[in-house]
Amino acid sequence: MIKHSQARITHKETWEDYFLFSLESPIIASQAQPGQFIMVRTSLNSNPLLRRPFSIHSKEGKNIEIFFQKSGLGTSLLSQKKPNEFLDIIGPLGKGFNSESDLNRKDVALIGGGRGIAPIYFLAQKLRSQGASVRVFYGGKTLSDLPLREKFEKAGIKLFCSTDDGSLSFKGFITDLFEIEIGKLLPTYIYACGPELMMKKLAKTALDKKIPAEFSLESVMGCGFGVCWGCVRKIVKDGEAGWHKICEEGPVFKAEEIIWQEEEK
Amino acid sequence: MTDLSVDLGFLKLKNPVIAASGTFGYGLEFTPFIDLNKLGGFVVKGLYSSPKQGNPPPRLVETASGLLNSIGLQGIGVKEFSEKILPQLEIFQTAIIANICGENEEEYAFVANYLDKQEGISAYELNISCPNVKKQGFCPALDPETTYSVVRLVKESSSRPIITKLSPNVKDIVEIAVSAQEAGSDAVSLVNTFLAMAIDTETGKPVLGNVFGGLSGPAIKPIALRMVYQVASHIKIPVIGIGGILSGKDALEFLMVGAKAVEVGTANFIDPTSTVKIIEELKEYCQVKGIENIEEVIGSLTL
Repeated sequence: MIKHSQARITHKETWEDYFLFSLESPIIASQAQPGQFIMVRTSLNSNPLLRRPFSIHSKEGKNIEIFFQKSGLGTSLLSQKKPNEFLDIIGPLGKGFNSESDLNRKDVALIGGGRGIAPIYFLAQKLRSQGASVRVFYGGKTLSDLPLREKFEKAGIKLFCSTDDGSLSFKGFITDLFEIEIGKLLPTYIYACGPELMMKKLAKTALDKKIPAEFSLESVMGCGFGVCWGCVRKIVKDGEAGWHKICEEGPVFKAEEIIWQEEEK
Repeated sequence: MTDLSVDLGFLKLKNPVIAASGTFGYGLEFTPFIDLNKLGGFVVKGLYSSPKQGNPPPRLVETASGLLNSIGLQGIGVKEFSEKILPQLEIFQTAIIANICGENEEEYAFVANYLDKQEGISAYELNISCPNVKKQGFCPALDPETTYSVVRLVKESSSRPIITKLSPNVKDIVEIAVSAQEAGSDAVSLVNTFLAMAIDTETGKPVLGNVFGGLSGPAIKPIALRMVYQVASHIKIPVIGIGGILSGKDALEFLMVGAKAVEVGTANFIDPTSTVKIIEELKEYCQVKGIENIEEVIGSLTL
């Protein structure tokens, strides 16, 4: 059941342009599944008008976490909130990653690009609790774009990092590092969230190698709960391509369902 | 005890707050947030004779205190609505208004006739003013003759009251409202969204996939209010005010200039409990001011 509530910020972490909030929300925490999201009101004024969608980054007891990058007016206002302030949130929303335990998910590869790492932590923890062997691939432009690497390492999750400029670990795209690593051990399942081009490349690899894969898509959203039809993507359902709502039918879709956007420029 | 009910002549509403089409789904989506029975009514998303795919994304862009959309009326058709949704709406004690769309006049009439055979609908809102369906925002509501013609056809061929939803993208909205009235419309609702655009300065391209979109939200409220005032001052049929209403105070402004009811749209996205909060605020206003019946507020503007 979707819940509209006021959630207290119990904890905040800051790394340059990235932020992590822990929110007290027992009802959302009790229901949330990896890949689901919440809609957050960033201002009580009319500018910006719309809520912002954030993947649920983790759940701990009666708390959920969100992890985000400051990238515009909404996230900038949100980043200024302090512990003990309340956020107006709606959630849990959408259909998350297919993460029920079954044999297919023994050796899973999880890929997060930049802020797309947000839902990966929650998913990694759930899959591990079911006994899966999890490898997480975390890529960014530069060292400061990988603020969560310590968190993953501390949790004992096997982590592979890349930076475009080589300021940390592997120099290049995370998809390049991924190709190298899967050459050593082919995963049985792939999950990813991040920039469009990253996911498009991964989807191709997954389809070529016949590995089931799921992707969490991002969009501007008007409502987050299916009434505005503003967040659609071209998705294939029952053999037919059409505009489907990311907020309600997604944000997670299977590789074979997604029609990737044409490369621009 | 304040009486918030308003009488449109053809329809009594328990209060003047109606959720606007395109922002309220088919109603059921809001049951996690509010008790639908508290509403004066709600207008379901626009219905064509068959399902519609809508426009290519991006479909939304935020502007200063506004929302620009180019959805293009994607949604289920009148058949699926009648078979799957309408039976679930039966239990609600509120006015359910069906929003009717058409590629041409015959389709409007077809949808109305189809719905005539269904139970549980209080009225039709004729959507002749969506700017996102045809090129350059073209729609019947831009011209008094096309407005007259489509309203007349639907009125003559169907059995329920008709509210004609008007476009603000015209030279003289009073002239269009008069046309709708002459054609037999039972009420008018205004305004639909303003034809508008936004540019991505990085790419030099329009932000919206459809180039143009319709602007809604608090940014348009003062212009919508002026138009509602002008129309309400010149026609006899009831006027339903729409445009950027976020609060009880906003709703009161529309009532004061002569709207008999209001529709709340974009606010439903920001706060899904908006409609109920607005009703509470209207009640509180009346209590504080010693107003026994909200109808005393309607058209109470003094110059």
